[in-house]
Amino acid sequence: MAKRIDVSGLTAFYGSHKAIEDISMTVEPRSVTAFIGPSGCGKSTFLRTLNRMHEVTSGGRVEGKVLLDDEDLYGPGIDPVAVRREVGMVFQRPNPFPTMSIFDNVAAGLRLNGGYKKSELGDIVEKSLKGANLWNEVKDRLNKPGSGLSGGQQQRLCIARAIAVEPKVLLMDEPCSALDPISTLAIEDLIGELKERFTIVIVTHNMQQAARVSDRTAFFNLAAVGQPGKLIEIDDTERIFSNPSVQATEDYISGRFG
Amino acid sequence: MSNAVIAEKRPSTLRGASLPKWSPWAIAAGSVAVAVAVGAGTGLTKVQWGLISGLLFLAATYGIAAKVEGRRQAKDRIATGLVWVAFLVALVPLISLVWVTVVRGIKVLDVYFLTHSMGLVADSQPGGGIYHAIIGSLEQVGLATLIAAPIGVLTAIYLVEYGRGRLAQAVTFFVDVMTGVPSIVAGLFILSLMLIFDMQPFGFAGSMALAILMMPVVVRSTEEMLKLVPNELREASLALGVPKWRTILKVVLPTSIGGITTGIMLAVARIAGETAPVLLLVFGNRFINNNPFEGPQQSLPLYVYQQYAAGNEYAYDRAWAASLALIAFVMILNLVARAIARWKAPKTGR
Amino acid sequence: MDTSTQITDAPPPVPQPNLAELKRNARGATRPGDRIFLGLSRGSGIFLLVIMAAIAVFLTYRASLALSKNHGNFLTTFEWNTNVTPPSFGIAVLAFGTVVSSIIAMVLAVPVAVAIALFLTHYAPRRLAGPIAYVVDLLAAVPSIVYGLWGALILVPHMTGLFGWLNDFFGWTGIFSWDQGAPRSLLTVGILLAIMILPIITNVSREVFRQVPQMHEEAALALGATRWEVIRMSVLPFGRSGVISASMLGLGRALGETMAVATVLSPDFLIHGSLLNPGGGTFAQNIASKFSEATEFGRDALIASGLVLFVITLVVNGAARMIIARRKEYSGANA
Repeated sequence: MAKRIDVSGLTAFYGSHKAIEDISMTVEPRSVTAFIGPSGCGKSTFLRTLNRMHEVTSGGRVEGKVLLDDEDLYGPGIDPVAVRREVGMVFQRPNPFPTMSIFDNVAAGLRLNGGYKKSELGDIVEKSLKGANLWNEVKDRLNKPGSGLSGGQQQRLCIARAIAVEPKVLLMDEPCSALDPISTLAIEDLIGELKERFTIVIVTHNMQQAARVSDRTAFFNLAAVGQPGKLIEIDDTERIFSNPSVQATEDYISGRFG
Repeated sequence: MSNAVIAEKRPSTLRGASLPKWSPWAIAAGSVAVAVAVGAGTGLTKVQWGLISGLLFLAATYGIAAKVEGRRQAKDRIATGLVWVAFLVALVPLISLVWVTVVRGIKVLDVYFLTHSMGLVADSQPGGGIYHAIIGSLEQVGLATLIAAPIGVLTAIYLVEYGRGRLAQAVTFFVDVMTGVPSIVAGLFILSLMLIFDMQPFGFAGSMALAILMMPVVVRSTEEMLKLVPNELREASLALGVPKWRTILKVVLPTSIGGITTGIMLAVARIAGETAPVLLLVFGNRFINNNPFEGPQQSLPLYVYQQYAAGNEYAYDRAWAASLALIAFVMILNLVARAIARWKAPKTGR
Repeated sequence: MDTSTQITDAPPPVPQPNLAELKRNARGATRPGDRIFLGLSRGSGIFLLVIMAAIAVFLTYRASLALSKNHGNFLTTFEWNTNVTPPSFGIAVLAFGTVVSSIIAMVLAVPVAVAIALFLTHYAPRRLAGPIAYVVDLLAAVPSIVYGLWGALILVPHMTGLFGWLNDFFGWTGIFSWDQGAPRSLLTVGILLAIMILPIITNVSREVFRQVPQMHEEAALALGATRWEVIRMSVLPFGRSGVISASMLGLGRALGETMAVATVLSPDFLIHGSLLNPGGGTFAQNIASKFSEATEFGRDALIASGLVLFVITLVVNGAARMIIARRKEYSGANA
């Protein structure tokens, strides 16, 4: 079910400004890959190129290839809408639809395609909320608005919404940066469970978090402000945090800059 | 397209069959062609050609897209089509309005027209002008501004700088209510006063009604501008021991003066086009009357109405020309006001 | 300020009066300059309240003068004869015409305005959207008399085609039957009013749609929503109350519009079943066209009808404000 991502020679622009340059990497299925690096190094931009969300921002443009199990996301005839269905995303700030109930939020993606019976929909919503470790907290108030939940619960609601449509890959853009430590812990545990079923890519500013949740870690950096961000290295998380092959990585991890 | 289908060997979830990029244009061209053919054949008007081609375009888009791309994409395309069609349809009357006013107005709009009254010309004759109307409009609007601008700005200062409690809430609410008072009702209010004191129509009566219409607009826009002034500025001044009223006069108002001016000018532009209260209170006059406090006066919008009501080609020409002058005046006020707003935009500190 | 301190038994020496003075200073009321300035600005606010009260009081007073002598029923009489004895006048036709023309205007203008607002925020190429929005802003400032002149001389002759077509295909409904009269009917008025209020509703709706948080739209996008689905899932729900209040503002304009109706409509004092046949009237139009030949009593009668219009617009605007206020609470709870 989970799919492999193969990126080669990827460069992304905002208008004429080059945000990231010539990035190549492979993300294995059923694993967690963490992106770390200083602010502005383009890790979020890179993440957004993986489900074609980058081109939504004005002037956003991409060169290079992103293969999802041998199929180029940027190839001719590819429908970006279909791509985003295969590659789900969770954002930095929890963003449940404010006017929808908890149930409707989770069902939102399913209803787009239609064709589900009411009972089927209920089953999938329950399964997704259980998958996001949220079911027990909300099962009695599925018809209440999602905006009434706490920040951590909202974020898990967003994860439930993302996994309800059974994507192959789940992208997470600093999913815990707006949450308190306990909620963060809950999400990290959840990531550990979700990687059994999905390929997970997570951007984080918190290096302990990267060390805790990820199997592999990629370090991004930029030469100077205004220069495009680059991939410095990607390796097993243990290696990156104990014995990185590039000096800059060690400097960043040990807190000498960034 | 068929080539692409053949080249694709195994079914892909990412690759929705999609119409080529030029397809909306092709469908649009096709619909217009069919509509023109049908229209020319059955002798329909051009407006009907447009309607038919619009409907054909939407129907064809939905049909083709639903077949090739699926229901969701078809819905998306039809929404896109509808939004574009709505925009284009709405353009027609609005462009027509501006175009006709300019083309027909320019026919008689010249220096003579701007510098003569209707005193020696009957409505059924050519000639005459709007000098008396311009004088009347300037005086009435000017007096209205003299009343409404200070009261409006002071009220806004009260609401932003002092206002707390019941009174401020009441003022806020009734300013909102006042914004919605129809101009003819404001005219009737002054009329009821004039009936009580048995007065005849005169320019300043119109000014008072216009001032009532102008005040809430000035209050609203000034309030917005004062709220944009960062609190740090006020605190910095108060911390220096400057009294509050001097802080407002020397710090708050100068910071927001650009925006306040803009708001007042936009309000002036709005009341300059009001006809109904002027019709009730100023009555109209063929001659030049420079005194707004005695006797009927003319005003530009009222002149347009009365020339239209005269109902002959010469009068229509004058009505269009006066409309053009009125629009030009309003537009210049608008453009200058917006330019000031852009030029003097207060730094919000964000 | 001394009295307040003397009430308390234990005589607190210096600091408390000082504190009170400081507090008053902070409110800005002790210095002569402050007192004058506060007085002026508060006075202006009170003056506005007085005007509103005066409008209601004087209109009611003059209206009562006319109503006390009215021999018809003010609400149901189908005529407006104020120059005869006994006078008889009623607002039934005016209320009908005002409501019907405004409803036509809303039905036509609101969907188109929402579509244009969406076009400007979500569909138009960015380079186009800015200038178009600016032009729409300017069009909102075009005086209503110009719309009226254009409506009477350009729109009316162009309506014959549409009227003939409506009569051919929908004449059987009765609402759209047409006796080939000049198309100076309530439908034409409604269409013209729609064109007039289009820029206002578009402007306000555009502002609302622009404020939809990016993150809500991205939430829908990331689920694999098409552009239209993004609009339906996040833009329209967020903007709904804003669009409603924008429409109410437009409705307020349409209800009170005078000149555009006075120039286009060819009025009479009957309620017609067909929207296409000329006739009918609106409050504002009736005041403008009956005014010049009205006696003092006739003017009082017109004031009475104006009072009804005033009350109607108050209700509509009040409703719009309440919706806006509710929306503020709602988004505040989310913050």
